[in-house]
Amino acid sequence: MATDTHGGEQHSPLAQFEIKELVPIEIGGHNISFSNSALMMVITITLILLLMMLGTRKRAMVPGRWQALAELCYEFVANLIRDTVGNEGRKYFPFIFSIFMFILIGNMLGMVPYSFTFTSHIAVTFAMAMVVFIGVTILGFAKHGIKFFTFFVPPGVPVWMWPLMIPIEIISYLSRPVSLAMRLFANMLAGHTLLKVFAGFVPALGAAGVLPLAFVGALTGLELLIAFLQAYVFAILTCLYINDALHLH
Amino acid sequence: MTEREPPKPRDDLDKRLSQFRNERDVVTGRTRNTDSTNNGLGFALRIGVEVVAALVIGVGFGLFLDDWLDTKPWFMLVFFLLGAAAGMFNVYRVVQHQGGAVGYRRQDTPAPDLSKTDLDGD
Repeated sequence: MATDTHGGEQHSPLAQFEIKELVPIEIGGHNISFSNSALMMVITITLILLLMMLGTRKRAMVPGRWQALAELCYEFVANLIRDTVGNEGRKYFPFIFSIFMFILIGNMLGMVPYSFTFTSHIAVTFAMAMVVFIGVTILGFAKHGIKFFTFFVPPGVPVWMWPLMIPIEIISYLSRPVSLAMRLFANMLAGHTLLKVFAGFVPALGAAGVLPLAFVGALTGLELLIAFLQAYVFAILTCLYINDALHLH
Repeated sequence: MTEREPPKPRDDLDKRLSQFRNERDVVTGRTRNTDSTNNGLGFALRIGVEVVAALVIGVGFGLFLDDWLDTKPWFMLVFFLLGAAAGMFNVYRVVQHQGGAVGYRRQDTPAPDLSKTDLDGD
């Protein structure tokens, strides 16, 4: 209740993002230790595999609980692709489904108290964004060859504007992975920090602590929404980028 | 109307299927453009980052050129402006429901229904 019981371990709101090495491994001078971040990723993958395996075990016409959940995830992503890319996007379903589920489950696991949110590290989100970006660029080149560069020439712009417009379009294209990575990372970091900060007010304010406590409750709901929304936005932007690479403009 | 002519069964099935899907989409209220319209918050979350990301890329590239060519601070200034412009364009595209697309849609490609009204003016 009072502040003095809390005073012993002054946790900073950022302490939750600390990477801890669980199994130190070092190969050739590179630190590739198994960290808490890696542990959460393994748990995430295990959960997704478990959900999908339990969901597809019976293959009943009338789905049971697990199958309904698995089908819900499947249909959500399938509709997402159908609405943004169309039929040719079906090939990329496994990729988008993996990304969506990985971020979604990772974000949701991060909401569990005492756990760790690996999507709150820009190294993780930027790596995922770069995979999307490089993959989409390769896809564009494979589909259109050298014509891919017409992508950077906005149609309907007079030729004397090209020296100005082309650098702008190239910057705009290069900013994709940055915005993709930054959005997910910043939302997760800010949300979890905010939760911790307000939670810190609860013991500090004593009886008046019910106010921040109520706020933390509401904020937790909002964070759950954002956890889902960020996975959704990441997946939908990946779809849009694939759509761009397939069709150019 | 489909019973009249002897149909190619496959074409007919495809047509009926797509017709059925469209009707179902109308009934369930699912339109084609779901990305940013049915989801105001997801939409809002996307906008702010777009400007910052383009600026980061612009300034970063400018600083890199300056460092390389020893022209401090000119490239940085130029690319800061270009990055800012790119950021504005990104936001413009998101608002016009063109996704994170680079470039503009040509007139002959189908526009998402929702942005058709305000986009034609260009």
